[in-house]
Parts: sequence; C-alpha cells; structure tokens
Amino acid sequence: MIKSLDPRVTRAQIEENNTITPLKDLDQWETYEVFHQKKRGDQHMHVGIVHAPNPEMALLFAKEQYGRRGMSVNIWVVGTRDVYTSDYDDTDMFDVSEKNYREAGGYKVMEKINKYKKANKIK
Amino acid sequence: MNEKTTIATKELLYKIADDLLIIGHRNSEWTGLGPILEEDISFSSMAQDKIGQSMSVFQILQQLGEGEPDTVAFNRASENFYNSQFVELPNGEYDFSLMRHFLYDHADQLRFEMLAKSSFEPIAKLAQKIKGELKYHVYHANIWVTKLGNANEESHSRMQNALNECWNFALGMFEESEFENTLINEKIFAGENELKKKWLENISLILEKASLKIPEEKNWKPFFGGRKHIHTEYLKPLVDEMGEVFSIDPGVEW
Repeated sequence: MIKSLDPRVTRAQIEENNTITPLKDLDQWETYEVFHQKKRGDQHMHVGIVHAPNPEMALLFAKEQYGRRGMSVNIWVVGTRDVYTSDYDDTDMFDVSEKNYREAGGYKVMEKINKYKKANKIK
Repeated sequence: MNEKTTIATKELLYKIADDLLIIGHRNSEWTGLGPILEEDISFSSMAQDKIGQSMSVFQILQQLGEGEPDTVAFNRASENFYNSQFVELPNGEYDFSLMRHFLYDHADQLRFEMLAKSSFEPIAKLAQKIKGELKYHVYHANIWVTKLGNANEESHSRMQNALNECWNFALGMFEESEFENTLINEKIFAGENELKKKWLENISLILEKASLKIPEEKNWKPFFGGRKHIHTEYLKPLVDEMGEVFSIDPGVEW
C-alpha cells in the first residue's frame, strides 16, 4: 500500500503497482438533488447535488453546502433515482419553431387597433 | 455592576470565549482531512462559526476593559487560558472528534439558552443572535451520533469507546467558579450545576436513540482544572501554532 505524507492518500489504501480497480459496492453514496428557496413564497430552484446515505443526511449536508452563505430560507432534497427525466434523443418532441400561434407575439393586432382608432377618431 | 460582579462576569465570559476559540481551532484542524467532502465542509463551517462566536464574546470583554480581541485570542500565553481541558485534547480519529462535538455543543447550546435570560444585556443579546447557528450544530451532532451508534458493530463500538474516553473530560466543562453564587444571585447565569443537569437530560435522550450507554455514575471523575489555568500538555503547542502568524507582526493591519 502506498504510504504518503498526505493522510488521505494513505487512507485510500492504493496498491504500489497501481492498476485501475473497479468501484466496490457503496464506494460512493447515492446522490440527492438539492433545491433551495431564496425567500418564502418563491419557487425552489435547483442548485446542485450532495452525496449522502439517506435523506436526513442529505438535508444536513445540503444545508451547509448550499445554504451556508445565506440566501436560503428553505431546502428540499430529492433522491436522484426519483427524478424522472426525458431522453435527449427525444429533443425533437420539443421543437416548436413553427408554432407562432402558441405565443402572444404571434398575433399582430396593433396595426388593426390603430387603424380602428384612427377611423373612429378615438385617442 | 460592582467590582465583584464585574470580575465574576469577566471570568464567565473568558471561559466561554476560550472554550469556543480552542474547540473551533481543533475542529478546523479537520479541514481538508474530513471523511467525506460534504462532511468536511460542514465541520469546517461549524468551526468557523465557533471562532466567530468567540470573537463576539471577546468584543464584549473589550467593552468591560479587556484587550483587543485579536490580541487576547492570538497573543496570550497558554497559562492564561480559561478553557476546559476537554477542548484542548488532540483530535484523535473522527469518532472522538464527533463525540466531543456532540457533548460540547449540547452544553454550549444549553449554556446560551440560559444566558439568553441573563441580566447582563450584551451576553443575552449575543445568545439570541447565535441561536440558529447552535441549532444546526446540535442537529448535525445528533444525526451523526444516532446514525453511527446504530449502523453496525464497528461504528457502534467506536462511538461507545469515544463516549467512554470523553466522559470525564466532558464533566470537566462544568467546573464551578468561586463566583458561582454572585452570578446566580445577580441573575447573570444560573450556574454550572443547573447547566450540567439540563445537559444530562438532553444528551441522555439522544444517546438512548443511538443505543449508547453513559458510564456508571460511581465511575465519574471529572477532569477539573482548565478554568483555573491548569492545562494538559496539549494546550501550549496549540496556542503557539494558533498565534503563529499573528505573532510575526502583532501591530499589523489585517
């Protein structure tokens, strides 16, 4: 095992002839997504992840990681495994470039309004 | 305040500030070496909180005529410190440090809860201000001790051994002052005995949840002395190292 002046390296118990070893089970804790709320009534916003063995500790860590510099009144943690995501292959489903009719700006009525006002002498 | 009350109050403030400064420094020695990134950050952050709290108390002492906080904290001989021996002990492994964090922080939180009602306004105000910080420190300690106490055989026995090792030193936190009665009568602080009673109640609840046992009362032998400047061999090297940078040029502007 490599013995280093840096205790973290010693603690990692790396073999002298260091070949790549696969991760053991539970080598890394699971991740939790962290959301924080800047002030009461605001939406919770995603700020990052923490690694933790269970939700209570995820909350404990998230408070310090993301709340230690102020600017939070509330924190949520959700296990990454509980987050349902869409596939990047399906990005084409989100394509709305041809759909002006779904936006307010797609309806040009200012011209018609001004024309009407002029015709009927309204300010 | 009359002279006796002032002396009693100063001694009380010094012991609180010194405890916070020394344990804050010890806990900061874990920075970069913690077991997990997130825990390293939390523990370091709490150490910062403690040192900040000690500075606030030194500022109150300054208003009572003592020296500048930086000088008092970093340019004082170790023989003149009032901290309990408990906080100057070296960090050992993480189990010891966590257990010390648990035992100390519960006492700290209760002490400040009692001081929030003090007739001495500056400390009462400070106690109100840091309530949230102390809440997190205790919450952190409770979760870790409970989880580790119950997780598996190794974690349980490490926590139990750490508790046994810490116990008599922890009792040393409640060393009575010669001015206890003055502080109690003037309603500045309700006293070490009262604090110890509340502390035992609070920690017993958590330790039970953590499946850990407090040593039997007949074996309790508190390590007193810290409050009267009797320290272990560990304090002087700590104080020397802590004040090293400051002492290179004490007059300089930071």
